[in-house]
Parts: sequence; C-alpha cells; structure tokens
Amino acid sequence: MPSVARYAGQILFHAGFAAAIGTFASWPMYNRMPEGSAQIKLSFNHGGRRVEDCRRLTAEELSKLPSNQRRPIDCSRERLPVTIQLLIDGAPIYEAVLKPGGIAGDGQARAYEKFIVPAGTHLIEARLRDSKRSEGFDYRSRFEAALAPGQNLAIDFKAEQGGFLFR
Amino acid sequence: MGLLKRSLRACFDSGERFLALAFPPDWNPLLNLGALGFFFYWIVTVSGIYVYIFLDTGVTQAFASVEYMTGEQWYAAGLMRSLHRYASDGLVAVMLLHMLREFALDRFRGVRWFGWATGIAVLLLVTIAGISGYWLVWDRLAQYVAIVSTEWLDHLPFFGQPIARNFLSPETLDSRFFTLMIFMHIAVPLIALVGLWLHLQRVTKPRINPPMGLAVGAGLSLLMLSAVHPATSQGAANLAQVPGSVGLDWFYLGAYPLLETFSGEVTWSAALALLVIMGAIPWLPPMKRQRPAAVDLANCNGCARCMNDCPYSAITMQARSDGRPFEGEAVVDPDLCVACGICAGSCPTSTPFRRLSDLVPGIDLPDRSIAAIRADADAEGARIAGPARIMVFGCINAGVAAACRAADVGVVSLNCTGQLPPSFIDYVISRKLADGVLIAGCRENGCHNRFGARWTADRLAGERDPYLRARVPRARVVTLWAGRLGGAGLRREIAALATRLALLGPFKPKSPFGRAVAQGERADA
Ligand code: HEM
Ligand code: SF4
Ligand code: SF4
Repeated sequence: MPSVARYAGQILFHAGFAAAIGTFASWPMYNRMPEGSAQIKLSFNHGGRRVEDCRRLTAEELSKLPSNQRRPIDCSRERLPVTIQLLIDGAPIYEAVLKPGGIAGDGQARAYEKFIVPAGTHLIEARLRDSKRSEGFDYRSRFEAALAPGQNLAIDFKAEQGGFLFR
Repeated sequence: MGLLKRSLRACFDSGERFLALAFPPDWNPLLNLGALGFFFYWIVTVSGIYVYIFLDTGVTQAFASVEYMTGEQWYAAGLMRSLHRYASDGLVAVMLLHMLREFALDRFRGVRWFGWATGIAVLLLVTIAGISGYWLVWDRLAQYVAIVSTEWLDHLPFFGQPIARNFLSPETLDSRFFTLMIFMHIAVPLIALVGLWLHLQRVTKPRINPPMGLAVGAGLSLLMLSAVHPATSQGAANLAQVPGSVGLDWFYLGAYPLLETFSGEVTWSAALALLVIMGAIPWLPPMKRQRPAAVDLANCNGCARCMNDCPYSAITMQARSDGRPFEGEAVVDPDLCVACGICAGSCPTSTPFRRLSDLVPGIDLPDRSIAAIRADADAEGARIAGPARIMVFGCINAGVAAACRAADVGVVSLNCTGQLPPSFIDYVISRKLADGVLIAGCRENGCHNRFGARWTADRLAGERDPYLRARVPRARVVTLWAGRLGGAGLRREIAALATRLALLGPFKPKSPFGRAVAQGERADA
C-alpha cells in the first residue's frame, strides 16, 4: 500500500479517536427531571427531646454519689424519635418517624428526601413532633410556594430559628 | 469468562490487524495503550498546572475565572482547559482498552497479578481525580456532581450529618468542600503517579513513551479537537435550581445516572461487588502455571545475558555461591517469573549440538526444557519427508503453528519465540532435520511476553547475543510475526519457503576452506 494512503489512514484514525472523545465528553445530555416540574428537598438534622425529663435529685440520693459526681440534675441521654409530615396541597407526600442517630440513641434524627412536583403554586404544610405527646405536632408551618420550572425549594428545620425554614 | 476472554481477544486481534493497514507495527495504537496512557497523563499534568494559575479557588469566584479562560483567553488558557479535559478523557479511554487487552491476553493471572492489582488502584484514583476536576468549575455540571456524589457518600453510615446538606440551598453552601476538592484534585493524580510507578515495577524497560509518530498524531488530534470544539461550562451553579439537564462526561461520570436511579444499598453493593470481582479475578480460577525457570549452577558462567533478556525483572546476578571463579550467578525470583523461557533462549550453554546427557543449560524451564525442545525437533525431523522439508518453531501464544503440521512440515512448539536459542536453526539445517526453518510468533511489537519476538529478530540479525551463526544460509530461514490471525499467512509463508527450498536444493554445508563438506560430516565445531 502506498505510504500516502497509510498516512491518510492514520489521520483518519486520529480524527475518529478525537471525535469520539469530543463527543462523549458532554453528549448525550442527561435529563433528570420531567419538563415543567420542580423539586422540593426536605433535609434537616434535629434532636428530639430527651426520653426522660430531667429530674432534681433528692438530698439523700446526692449524698450517695461520689463527691466529684454530685450534680443536682440528672438527665437521661436518650432522645425521642422525631415524627415528620409533609403535605402538598393537602395531600400527604411524606410521613416518617425518624429514629435518633448515634449508637446510644442520643444523636440527631436526620432527614434527606426529594420530591418532584409540577411547577406552579402549591400549598406546602410541614409538621414535626419531637416531644412525648402522642397527638398533634410541636411545630407546624404552612407555606405557599410559587415554584418555577426547575426550581429547587429547600425545606430545612431549625428549632432555634423557630421551626421550618423554606428557601 | 473463558468465552469472554476469547471473544475479546478476537476483537483485539482483528483491531490490531485492521490498524496495521495504516500504522507501522511500532506505531499501532493498540500495541501502545499503556504508553499512550502515560502520554495523556503528561498532557493532563502540564495543561493542569497552566489552568490552575488562572483558577480562582473560592467557590463563588471559580466559575467566573474558568469563563475568563474560555472566553477572553480562548487562544491560551482556554485551549489548555480543553486539552486538560480531552486528554483526561483520552486517558480513561486508553486505560480501559489497555485493561481489557491485558484481560483478553490473559496477562493478569499468575505472577502477573501485581500489574493488574496496581492497575485497578490507578483506575480508581484516575476516576476520583476526574470527578473532583468537574467539581472545580462550579457550573451546573459541578453542582450535579457535588449533589449526586455527596448523596451517594451519605448512604454510608460514617457521616454525622449528611454532607449533601452543604448543597441544600445557596444559604447552606460553604467553601470547605470546595477547598477539599481542589486539594484532592492535586493530590489524587500524584498518588496515581506513585501507583503507576508501582505498576511498572515488575516489567523491565516498560514502554512508557509512545513512538514519536503516534505521539504526534494523538497530540495534534487533541489539539485540533480543542480548537474546533473547546471545552465549555454549563452555566453558573445555582443551588436554588435543579441541574435538571446536564451534559455528562461519560468517561468519568457514566455511572452517575445509575447512582440516582437505584437505591443506596443497590449501588453500594454493586460497586463493592464489582471492586471485589475485579480485585479477585487474577485468582478466579488460579492459573495453572508452569514452574518458574531454574538455574543450573554447574552450567552458568555468570554472563548475565539471561538477566538482560528477561522481560519481567525476574533474574538478578548475585555473588557466586559455588566458589567457581566467575563474576556472578543468575538467580531467579519465582514470584516474578512467567515461565516464558526467553532466558533459556539467551543462555550460551543452550546449544543443541551438545550431546543429550549434556543438554542442561545454565537456565531452563522445568516444564518445557531445551532438551525437550531438541527431542521434539529430532522427532519431527525424523518424521518429515519430501523435497522441501520445513521445521516450524511456533510460539504457543500465537498458537497457529500446530495446524500446519504436515508430511513435509514439522512443528515444534515454544513458550515464546524468544525461548529458541538461534543455534537450533543451525542445528536443524546442518543436521538436515529439515531444509528450512520458519519461526512463527506474535504480531510484531505485540509479543505476549513483551520482548520475545524482538530479541529473536535481533539475535537472527546478529545484533544481540546469542547470534545466529553466519554460516547458516539466510535464504532458508524465515520469521513470521503474524499472531493468532496469522494462520493463512503462515500457510502462505510455508508454501513460499517450500518453493524457494525446492529451487535451492538440499543444503550443502561449506567447509572453512570453501569446499562442500561431505554428507554426514559434522559442520559444527
Ligand atoms: C493510566 C493508567 C495506566 C497506564 C498509564 C498503564 C501503563 C502500563 C504500561 C506502560 C505497562 C507496560 C507495558 C509494556 O511495556 O509491555 C503496563 C503493563 C500492565 N498493565 Fe497497565 N497501565 C494503566 C492502567 C492499568 C489498568 C487499569 C490495568 C488493569 C486493571 C492494567 C494492567 C496491566 C497489566 C496486567 C500489565 C502487565 C502486562 C504484562 O505482564 O506483560 N494497567 N501498564
Ligand atoms: S545466560 Fe546462562 S550462563 Fe549466562 S548468567 Fe544466565 S544462566 Fe548463567
Ligand atoms: S522464564 Fe521468562 S520470566 Fe522467567 S526468568 Fe526466564 S525470561 Fe524471566
């Protein structure tokens, strides 16, 4: 085979290799969300209240403890689970009882959930219970969100900032 | 697995043959995958250092600085950015091909497990490096990579709070992670380089630089690609938006859609299972390997030829242990020896002219000894008859010779063409075991044992010890480097050699004084 043709073949090969590299470096596009939808992401870390209320020790109990451990208030470390409810336009889309983290059950409960909803205006209700009560919630929020297509609405929870945060 | 290996091997064989239409053997890309990997690695390093100068390392400023490179600086930093991306992708492509090829050629089991294991480590490191690189642009793709990566890591029970919370909303974004990624993107490739250094510890004279012609072609084509199709960003990251539709780099991020589609349990189990399988296949099943080469001290004069020829650094020269006045002695490390026999082919004592009782070379393979090869040659020589008898020495890795056995064609198999001491050719012709000799091995530059074919060619050409003696008529000796697909070529070569031999007539050795030596007389000294 004449060597001009062989060089042409080499050029062809290199061009093909480069074209393949250039192509798959960013194509085909990967589409993760249906057209015209938005995402709600619920994520928080929150520690429920203690399983047992703190208790003031009696003078008699205190005297039994070694002198360096005499703290007048005794608190258990274990925490209650956190109950969470999320409703969109009145319909519940997420309900869970989140166990406290940590081996001793003394850590924060974690939530990280994503929901795809049609874009548009939605009434979002979020409720959270972190106490011993068996009914009702300790925190409730209602939020009317106008979600643009592709928008990501984050719902966080921070007790020290008054409860749910929509952003 | 055997079937998979065989079909892959057929693909590589045909691919090599196809590319050989355009490329000379030295330049064949499929025979230079490891070297191309290094070449792309260096391009990535140089272009990476260049673009790092322009990168603003704050998470909120990074995007603008990358846009500046691609926009205002398109002719320099922008070009470098593109090269950085495309050479990284090229690296993944050739690395995967190289891995598949070593698998297909069954060069990952037995003592070769080491190259495989270090290769897997390098593969992981390169992938992590690439992923961290996409993070640094802080565009929508970076946002996607950050979210999916951290969500995936969060499935592990190690993190107190989900690290994906960093990317919950613009308010929660902090730059700690970004700084960590910059650090990783520099550190991980360096660790990979250490891994590559380890990777090459068990091969001698590794080919880490592609031949000039191939390097120029690959380099220029990436440069052209960078010029006509520059790497760009996909819009600034915005955590208030979902990075819904992204252009993925499938070389590095191909698995990301799967990470999102399946649950954490499934993806983590699959990833770990894949890693375990990849790590364990050198032993699944364990290779039935031949015993390693053994030194016979009585016959070793310490010439070090075997050490110089061993492609796997399995031989060292050590102080003489038997008190004889030679410089040293050859010592084989059985954990490195692949039993190719190339050392036996290089040893000056491996000469078939010695009497049978003496044919113990200084170094030999217990399971395929030089004595056994001579016995096969003698037997085949006695069997074949005709006006043009041919003795084929065929390497078992090319594996095509056996099929050519015929009434006038004798076949002797070798572990590697490099196992054949050139004196065997002299022996076969001068002892009239055959009228001509044909050596059939792997494709040129594609030797299964790396250097067997090359050393053989050099020995026949008188460029490497041990030489083929000058008295051997070269018209009666043919080498064929055609590999596994060379069956048809081999039959053609045999036919051509037979025609030539018929014209040449029977071999008449010349005496040192120029007169033909009478038949039966010994021509060897
Ligand atoms: C950037 C990535 C890599 C580079 C640059 C690279 C480079 C090389 C080079 C230069 C050689 C020596 C070839 C020769 O001179 O004959 C080699 C051998 C080898 N590589 Fe890699 N390699 C890479 C990744 C891998 C991977 C991912 C695997 C498999 C998991 C692998 C498996 C092997 C094996 C098994 C050998 C030994 C071949 C033999 O025994 O003859 N490599 N590599
Ligand atoms: S080639 Fe033979 S003689 Fe030379 S060092 Fe090796 S074993 Fe000894
Ligand atoms: S058989 Fe091959 S790998 Fe083993 S010592 Fe000899 S040349 Fe080296």
